Amino acid sequence: MNTTTFSTIVAAVGLAVLAYAHWLGVDYFYFAGYTILQFVVLATAWNILGGYCGYVNFGTAAFFALGAYSAVFVHKFHPLPIPVLIVIGAVVSGIVGLGMGYLTLRLRGAFFSIATLAMAVVFQTLVVNWEYVGGSRGAYIIHPENVEFAGYKVHYIEYLFTLMLLLAVIAIVTARTIERSQLGFGFATIRDDELAAEACGVPTLRVKLIATTLSGAFMGMAGAPFPYYIGYVQPQSAFALDYAVNSIAMPMIGGTTSWVGPLVGSILLGSAQQYATVTISSAVNLLIVGLMLVAFVIIAPNGLIGLVQERMRAWRKS
Amino acid sequence: MDFNLLINAIFAGLLLGGFYAAVSAGIAIAFGMLDIVNIAHPAFVILGSYIAYTVNINLGVDPILVSILALPAFYALGAFIYQVYYVSFEKRGQESLRGLAFFFGLLFITEVTLILTFGVDYRYVEAAYIGPSIEIGQFELPLRMLVPCVVSLVLFGTIQLFVTRTFLGRAIMAVSQDQLALQLMAADPIRIKRIAFAIAIATASIAGALLIIIQPVEPSVGRDYIGRVFAICVLGGLGSMPGALIAAILLGVVESLTATFYGPSWAPAVSFGFLLLTLAVRPAGLMGR
Repeated sequence: MNTTTFSTIVAAVGLAVLAYAHWLGVDYFYFAGYTILQFVVLATAWNILGGYCGYVNFGTAAFFALGAYSAVFVHKFHPLPIPVLIVIGAVVSGIVGLGMGYLTLRLRGAFFSIATLAMAVVFQTLVVNWEYVGGSRGAYIIHPENVEFAGYKVHYIEYLFTLMLLLAVIAIVTARTIERSQLGFGFATIRDDELAAEACGVPTLRVKLIATTLSGAFMGMAGAPFPYYIGYVQPQSAFALDYAVNSIAMPMIGGTTSWVGPLVGSILLGSAQQYATVTISSAVNLLIVGLMLVAFVIIAPNGLIGLVQERMRAWRKS
Repeated sequence: MDFNLLINAIFAGLLLGGFYAAVSAGIAIAFGMLDIVNIAHPAFVILGSYIAYTVNINLGVDPILVSILALPAFYALGAFIYQVYYVSFEKRGQESLRGLAFFFGLLFITEVTLILTFGVDYRYVEAAYIGPSIEIGQFELPLRMLVPCVVSLVLFGTIQLFVTRTFLGRAIMAVSQDQLALQLMAADPIRIKRIAFAIAIATASIAGALLIIIQPVEPSVGRDYIGRVFAICVLGGLGSMPGALIAAILLGVVESLTATFYGPSWAPAVSFGFLLLTLAVRPAGLMGR
């Protein structure tokens, strides 16, 4: 399947989801769906670096919050339409990703991971001390109830949902395109054996920097509409460790080697969490995510996709 | 700049840095010598704090004594975790990506379990030395900082003596340098690594008790320490215990000065600055090989 066909199919699926949601007409569906789609984008973004290159990023929350706080900053300065804010969030997070990568990727992989973990704490410190974007008290973002589109009135949450759906489609198409491009093969060589890749003439540092930048940019994009969704951002919620653990757990549970893994993982885990948050409690559902992450990395290192592939292989042989 | 304030801040920083040494000791062994990126270590430190808290509040036992009594339990926990880690990741050669995710998961599970058990309120312990302070001229040395610092230095010194003077300790140093050579000498590297990792986790018990003496603790406090301890180990030079001690004290002093002159909310950023600066300028650290 070539990229154009694939993009068409993904876009069609996206449209179908949108049409279904509109037909359903329940606001809660938009709220829950937005969160799940946000995780689709975050998990796919994480996987571009983590799954394809094998570099673990613990700083998802930092990139996400950078996107969110860029939006808050611009909003305070002069309100702009959200699509513009998404682009700004992508640029800011992408640049930070590039800088982080440049400083730490020349060393062993673990340093990058530790640095991203520490980075989240530092950006949180900066935001807490930055009164303009609300400091530790947080910032309120008041959005209109409806958005006008060519004479149509659209509910604001439906508008946000549509944007996030679009982002998810873009993220998935990008991930798959990378997988099948020369760049994707470069990523895979780094994951398998960086030294050998370097020896074969793969410009490893440049390739890794492309990965960190892209990955960071997508996380920033996912974060930019967040203040409008939640209405009130505060450092503790924007920098929550939940984002980091979810964006790692979802690809790990789904399978990290292709775009399908993060998608399956985020839809499964995202829906399960929505369900658990409503029926049990949000602390318990985080515990479940942690336990599932540990269980999957030990028992099924290739995720659900890996399990299915093994089954298929065994079935074909018999 | 007020001179007295400066001196007091430096003294407070020295004491704080001494305490940081205790938290870093476990990482210095696990990450520095065994190459195991145990980012869950601070979570185990917090676990140690809560054990000290529970026994202290219910039975009135001194927190440091509790942590020493809890050492075997932490040692067993460490040995168990290493065994799981070895079988699932090291043996398969997947320690980089999945091993990291594994420890991250452990960090998260420990933290959420503590939240579910104890809630998110700050907890503190009671002991005779919390409160009073020694005054030397105009300078104040609060005992709640001095006692953890001294205990921490004793702990650190013991480990340093252990790895340089005893047979087993030297075996640990050897396994960090060349695992294959150790195997050729008919020693079991896995067993030695298991012992070393168990010792690393055991230090978390004492570090946890010291932490809750210094400040009230809630489950997510550990996160601030992740950046800090790794910054200390990287700055000190991986595999070097004396380097880690110097780095810990340096970080303590700089953080204390930052907190005094710019406000405590800026202190967490210091460790990250240290980490990035070290990685950019001298990745081998102060006393790295």
